Amino acid sequence: MAKRGQKFGKVLFAGMLLTLTVALGGCSGDKAAGDSTQIADTSAANSSEVESATNTEANASSEETKDTEEGGSHITIGIPQDLDSLVPSLSQGAGTQEILYNIYEGLYKPDSEGNLVPAVASDYTMSEDGLVYTFTLRDGIKFHNGNPVTVEDVKYSIETCAGLNGGEPVISAFSNIESVETPDDGTVVITLKESSSPFMAILSTVEAAIVPADADDLQTNPVGTGPYRFVSRSLQENVVLERFDDYWGEPAHIKDITLKVLADSDSIVMNLEGGAVDLVARVSTQQAAELGDDFEVLEGTMNLVQAMYLNNAAAPFDNEKVRQALCYAVNKQEILDFVSEGKGTPVGSSMFPAFGKYYVEELNDLYTTDLEKAKSLLAEAGYPDGFSFTMKVPSNYQQHVDTAQVVAEQLKQINVTANIELIEWETWLNDVYQGRDFEATLVGVDASTLTAGAMLSRFRSDAHNNFVNFSNEEYDAAYKEALAAEAVMDDEAATAAYKKCETILAETAANVYIQDMCELVAVRKGYTGYTFYPLYIQDFSKLDVQ
Amino acid sequence: MKKKKQYAPSLILGLVITGVMLLMILVGFVYTPYDITKMDSTAKLAAPSLAHPMGCDNFGRDIFSRVLKGMGNTFVIASATVAIGTVSGVIIGAFTGYFGGWLDEVLMRVNDVVFAFPSILLALVFVSLFGTGKYNVIAALGIAFIPSFARIVRGEFIKYREMDYVRSARLAGVPQLRIIFVHILPNTMPVLASSVMIGFNNAVLAEAGMSYLGIGVQPPSASLGSMLSESQTYLFSAPWYAVFPGLMIILMVLGLSLLADRGAR
Repeated sequence: MAKRGQKFGKVLFAGMLLTLTVALGGCSGDKAAGDSTQIADTSAANSSEVESATNTEANASSEETKDTEEGGSHITIGIPQDLDSLVPSLSQGAGTQEILYNIYEGLYKPDSEGNLVPAVASDYTMSEDGLVYTFTLRDGIKFHNGNPVTVEDVKYSIETCAGLNGGEPVISAFSNIESVETPDDGTVVITLKESSSPFMAILSTVEAAIVPADADDLQTNPVGTGPYRFVSRSLQENVVLERFDDYWGEPAHIKDITLKVLADSDSIVMNLEGGAVDLVARVSTQQAAELGDDFEVLEGTMNLVQAMYLNNAAAPFDNEKVRQALCYAVNKQEILDFVSEGKGTPVGSSMFPAFGKYYVEELNDLYTTDLEKAKSLLAEAGYPDGFSFTMKVPSNYQQHVDTAQVVAEQLKQINVTANIELIEWETWLNDVYQGRDFEATLVGVDASTLTAGAMLSRFRSDAHNNFVNFSNEEYDAAYKEALAAEAVMDDEAATAAYKKCETILAETAANVYIQDMCELVAVRKGYTGYTFYPLYIQDFSKLDVQ
Repeated sequence: MKKKKQYAPSLILGLVITGVMLLMILVGFVYTPYDITKMDSTAKLAAPSLAHPMGCDNFGRDIFSRVLKGMGNTFVIASATVAIGTVSGVIIGAFTGYFGGWLDEVLMRVNDVVFAFPSILLALVFVSLFGTGKYNVIAALGIAFIPSFARIVRGEFIKYREMDYVRSARLAGVPQLRIIFVHILPNTMPVLASSVMIGFNNAVLAEAGMSYLGIGVQPPSASLGSMLSESQTYLFSAPWYAVFPGLMIILMVLGLSLLADRGAR
């Protein structure tokens, strides 16, 4: 959680030094262009983002690399900050976890479709009542240090995450685990206190990765089962990875990876153009525009819901009509045109397209921009002359700051004044997210798993992370209905109930929903295989050199 | 006692530049060609033209209008900062310099502590405690500027307090306050005036620096520093966005520097 603050602090400090030394001539940060606010569900809140960059030594040598056979290929991935931990259960930032995804694996793991696929386990069965999960350990699977993975390692890893070895549960949802048993050398049985359909999804996060029970210090010598193994690390500089040749699955294509820390986002374009870096994930539209012909820009989505989140308990936003009026006044397409050259996907509720069956596309069109309607709703609500409010925006997310300015301008048309207040990320976490002391804020909220609950559970009136103070009996009932359906594994009914939740959020205008932001990945031509995931993951094993 | 007054080119240049800047600031207070927050999707990052003499920013807002308003914001913040620094500095400096003793020791040591921090660092601490925004920045920079003024004024007072005319006044029973503010203070004016101008320049740069870091004027309002900050992403594709606010900062500081330079001689 402190990571984001530290990063901002660093940017601030660097900027300060710069100002002091060269007055104003310099050009430091496009602060966090290409970033998005991350509020992961299991990891409580913060996560730093990672902009990956792939790199061969230089232009000239990249030619050379391409000529060599696959076995000798090398790549450098640029990341905007150092990894906060190399121990999966201690990692915090999404930017760290998306890298650890390549080193560690859980019993299962998510694939690029968002499905859960077997990893350390080769199969599992679940009892009828949903309480007992029986996993079959994959045959012949090895750790990076060459030792075979045993059921004891699995037991140790899960118990550590669940807090059964003493200490707090590392993953709060794992406090639901009653016991972990190992009846024989190839079987692990996990018993839950209560049935829970998102259990498998949470088990598949990198935090729940399987590590050796006898590992003495994962922080300096990480050992996992993933397609890449750790070689060395130089703090604030780089992390070196190497293909793990005894990997159980399809081996990675590129042999060596260097993760290079590129803390200054302004240097990204220089690094790319100069040939030091070949691939950067999450560049801004502006950075992408500055790149030359050597690069291809791939377009995906960030998988989050950017919205002007409203404090539903604070006047005037406790009035549904006021919230609806704002929705009618905001023009999503215009925002996309101004902020990201029209790229991005407008959304109408707390759900983004990567969720597939849970996503209700029609909700996008619920509020088509209609200023007259907005004004009359405001008048009905008792604000015929408009009102003014403060919108707190984390200052390190340039895209949110830009969006906030466009929204403020649009709201002027219905005489509503939005005063933007830029705050630090840490202040945002404290005051807005935890303290709920705000009128409106503009951020993006993402999901740590592809379970509908990851996006929707926070809007239950008694949810601990319901920072917008949304309170709606109908919603609570629908959500309970969904949980009940999940407990009896009635997927259809659960999906229908979740969709109802989304519809309620949209119809009562809980927040002014804007978009799932576009993610731009700059790749030097000749590199292939970059794969977008519906979650916060960078999969290096699919990258290849032509 | 001095050589005949002649108008050096640098003084004239300083006057002209400062005059033009002040004129632009005054105009900006009452009139801008465009609404400074009006966005226009057809004019995003448009190059300078007759309609937009300084081009447009990434939201299609007219940079010339924003520069006019931004100069005003920067000017107001810098003036208020210097005003706080000067008034407090003069009072502290006058009393400590004139009376000396333990009050002098205590206040000057506190002064030294404050002085030891770079003013921007001090202001950053202040802002992180009390929040961002125009008025907090004024307060933060104002406090940070007090020590330098206090020091200058104190030095002058120490110089003057043992002079014969002050001693005579004291013997004649003139009240202390009158001696301080009527007899001595006017004599410090030449030194004070040039340090005010230099201080103003520093305040302009400090405000720009604070806004550049995103803790000064809040968007969508503009100040020269915040415009510079916003423009850096577009340095290559739309250089005019950075050049004009930067140029205005340079001209504001240059004009006053030339004046202060002449005034000090």
